[in-house]
Amino acid sequence: MSGKTIATMRSAMGMPTGRLAVWWVIVSEIVIFGGVLVSYIMHRIGHPEWAEEASHTNTWAGATNTLVLLTSSLSAVLAHKAATEGNGKKAANLLRLTTLGGLIFLVIKSFEWTHEIKEGFTIQAGGFWSYYYTAAGLHAFHVLCGMIIMLVVAHTASKNQELQRVENIGIYWHFVDVVWIFLFPLLYIAK
Amino acid sequence: MLNQYLPNAATYAGHVDSLFWLITIIVGVWFIAAEIVFFWLIFRFRHRPNVPSQYVTGGEKHLKRWITIPHFLIMICDVVIIIAAVRVWVELKQTLPRPDYIVRVMSQQWAWTFTDPGPDGLIDTADDVRTTDELHLIVNKTYHFKLESKDVLHSFFVPAFRMKQDAIPGRTYTGWFRTSRAGTYDILCAEICGLGHGVMGAKLVIEDEPHHTAWLQQHAHDAALAALNTPPPDTTTAAPATATPAPPASAGAR
Amino acid sequence: MAYAHPHDAHAPAHAGHHEQSFFQKYLWSTDHKIIAFQYLFTGMALAMVGGFMAYVFRMQLAFPGTSVPGWGVVSPGQYNALITNHGSIMIFWVAMPVLIAGFGNFLIPLMIGADDMVFPRINRLSYQLFLLSALVLVASLFVQNGGFGGAWTAYPPLSANKNYNMTPYGATMWVLAVALEFVAFLLGGINFIVTTMNSRAKGMKAFDVPIVIWCIVIASILFMASVGPLIAGAVMLLFDQLLGTSFFNPNRGGDPILWQHLFWFFGHPEVYVVMLPAFGIVAEVMTVMARKKLFAYKTVIYTIVATGVLSFFVWAHHQFVAGIDPRMANVFTVTTVLISIPVGEMCFVYIATLYGGSIRLTTPMLWALAFLGEFLIGGVTGIYLGASGLDVFFHDTYFVVAHFHYTFFPIAIIAVFSGLTFWFPKMFGRMMNETWGKVHFWGTIIPFNFIFIPLFFLGLNGEHRRIFDYHSFPQLDTPFMHTLRVMATVSLIVMLLFQIPFIINFIVSAIRGPKADKNPWRANTLEWTTDSPPPHGNWPQAEMPEVHRRHYEYAVPGRAEDFWPQNERA
Repeated sequence: MSGKTIATMRSAMGMPTGRLAVWWVIVSEIVIFGGVLVSYIMHRIGHPEWAEEASHTNTWAGATNTLVLLTSSLSAVLAHKAATEGNGKKAANLLRLTTLGGLIFLVIKSFEWTHEIKEGFTIQAGGFWSYYYTAAGLHAFHVLCGMIIMLVVAHTASKNQELQRVENIGIYWHFVDVVWIFLFPLLYIAK
Repeated sequence: MLNQYLPNAATYAGHVDSLFWLITIIVGVWFIAAEIVFFWLIFRFRHRPNVPSQYVTGGEKHLKRWITIPHFLIMICDVVIIIAAVRVWVELKQTLPRPDYIVRVMSQQWAWTFTDPGPDGLIDTADDVRTTDELHLIVNKTYHFKLESKDVLHSFFVPAFRMKQDAIPGRTYTGWFRTSRAGTYDILCAEICGLGHGVMGAKLVIEDEPHHTAWLQQHAHDAALAALNTPPPDTTTAAPATATPAPPASAGAR
Repeated sequence: MAYAHPHDAHAPAHAGHHEQSFFQKYLWSTDHKIIAFQYLFTGMALAMVGGFMAYVFRMQLAFPGTSVPGWGVVSPGQYNALITNHGSIMIFWVAMPVLIAGFGNFLIPLMIGADDMVFPRINRLSYQLFLLSALVLVASLFVQNGGFGGAWTAYPPLSANKNYNMTPYGATMWVLAVALEFVAFLLGGINFIVTTMNSRAKGMKAFDVPIVIWCIVIASILFMASVGPLIAGAVMLLFDQLLGTSFFNPNRGGDPILWQHLFWFFGHPEVYVVMLPAFGIVAEVMTVMARKKLFAYKTVIYTIVATGVLSFFVWAHHQFVAGIDPRMANVFTVTTVLISIPVGEMCFVYIATLYGGSIRLTTPMLWALAFLGEFLIGGVTGIYLGASGLDVFFHDTYFVVAHFHYTFFPIAIIAVFSGLTFWFPKMFGRMMNETWGKVHFWGTIIPFNFIFIPLFFLGLNGEHRRIFDYHSFPQLDTPFMHTLRVMATVSLIVMLLFQIPFIINFIVSAIRGPKADKNPWRANTLEWTTDSPPPHGNWPQAEMPEVHRRHYEYAVPGRAEDFWPQNERA
């Protein structure tokens, strides 16, 4: 494993390379989720009968998950603050707390989906459900990937190394949060 | 001149051809001019010993003109082309003149089925005539076609009409044409639709009214005979619609 | 608190000090130059696969039903799979890796004066994902029932339902391969954009960055901003294929046209994604070989950006007859015809660059000039298709095929040969043979025109595409039409044979061509200030270049030399 390149250390834009990279990742992710959500919105408008299917989603589970994610974003912000103060161990613990929030999110979702599938609302059950599982599933996949990367960053940060990554994974996590803020009303409230 | 190789069998085909020639002339002039300038510059400024290149930034007014003036002229040409194109498009796709007849064009993997409304002029009635891979139309009449698909995307393409429209399962598209020339022409499927896409053609026959009526009657008669000689199906569902013989006097009129 | 270190000298030493095994040096490397070669050679290998496919299906078209040497008799299913994978391979596995990842990886750090990319390990990962995608694609051709045959556009319901396409495994593997390729290029794109934005040499301001780098970076931004909806669409198509969802199934509330919008919203910017690097390469070669500044360089930058932005607003010209609202068609005719303005401007500026030059007709310059001359044909024939009223006739005919080959071939083949022959000395430290280079050039360009000009005439006669045999269509089954088909096929075979001199020239020159010094073309940009080939790290750490001027200062009045490297002090 080679050391850092000179290229990585330069900053002609005045912004560290890691942060610049994360923002470009988010640009591409916005268009991915944008594609799914715009397609969903246009089809939902054209299919008023989907409201019946949508009425079977569990709004309380969705609301709880929203609260969970927002709280986890708070701990991510606190982790960044700890990192700027040079406290790698504290940042790592706060990141792990954030990951715990992600885990709770996924657990609640798995209970939610198990129940819905048992009731017969599978991904094949209708046009709405196709979008519901795909959009929320794509989001959950991003939550999971974020959790894994966050744990790796936390491990390194606990040794007071690469502290700038705490902010970068935090930015990614906030984005995942924002996507959920769009998903929640579209999938759970619009009935 | 396009119609030397590919005749015009619909009234709007000539308008499409005119648009082709307009674009060819405008674009052709620019293309030839650009290539001439291009090759002349290569020749004029080829490397010769002891002749250095010049320091040209592109800010020089007398040179910049060579870019900005063509730029401006191209914009005008673009506007002309856009107006001409929209006019043809509106005629083909945004108008629906009152029809003399209606036909249904049904596409599937891998055949074309055409439904002629028969003497009553209405589709989905007992006197419809259904044919596979052969469509007969009367010359100098305005038609609406109802385009549908049973399975995947197909496309109804009649080069002699210069007309094309994709067939989408779950939808019916209503388009139009007015036939202008008798003859036999190709109908092609212009959207890849699987293994049989390469054999999914049909024959278009445009003829005068007496010939068309005769064909309709003969076809209906043949179909009825075939139906009589075929044992009824085992299932209890209704048999597919078969044509009944048309009464002799009022054939084709509406 | 700033994490970035302002002084290059503080960067830790490279791993180049210890001996690396063959595996570490060539297969597991994080060096951008090695990764560039990996992309280049993979792309060139797949170009041979795509070219072979073209040979097979053109033989079927010229001599229908006969056994094709090297293949056998071509069945309808095989024909559909051949044209589908020819198109997919050429765009996604040849044009993209060679133009963006190959040239981008090699040139960006060198031309901006950096030692490598910002994220070398992500760079390596991006190639590995790309290689995986290529393997999945090739494997898809050998599974039960054969490769996917629904065209590179993969419209549902055909592509979504195995009862319609009859290639269940091929169809799914095709979608997976494309999705993987997209992820690989998203990862790669991050490197190109961030490295260029952030890791420029001291003194290199934005407008000092060479045009080819601008082009590759803007292309990467275009890609990242446009591919998202199609990634979403690919997931949706995969789910329709495998999980019984109904995104595109009209019998259960879905819409096949949704796929078309998701596909073409990406598909149209994609052609500019590959076009821009090609224009960039040609600009570099033309300025060096004509010893001239690029005419109105800033204008070119603005034009590139304008083209990129406009390219997001033209996509539905692929769908004029697809069943969209006819009023929408008028909007897209306007935007499509107007995009000819910035692209035309670029062509004119390039031609104007020749004015006042001292043009050396070396092999790279011949290719660069041919790019301009041929691309003009592609560009003007696009107008016919952008005019909605005329596209009703030309859509899905050979006119379209000829048009896009007159754009794609210059982009993916002509400009690439220009770049390869130009940067070959820097890449391999040796010069290619000029004579064989010219033989290859003429042996490619002349037959190329005789392949595709006949196809314009076939299209004018209404010949529709993706058909394995025209015997079923009397108006298309004429001796005249057939002569055109045979002419195209014979020309293709001639052109393919003339690639052999290139392959031999490439390999022999790389092994024992005459040694190249640092700057054989007497050019200004930074890559020519280091050894040929550059060492690991590109320059000694203490001697990273600094930039003192723009890069097109050729023939500056009052100087003895007709070039002025960017790093030379005033």
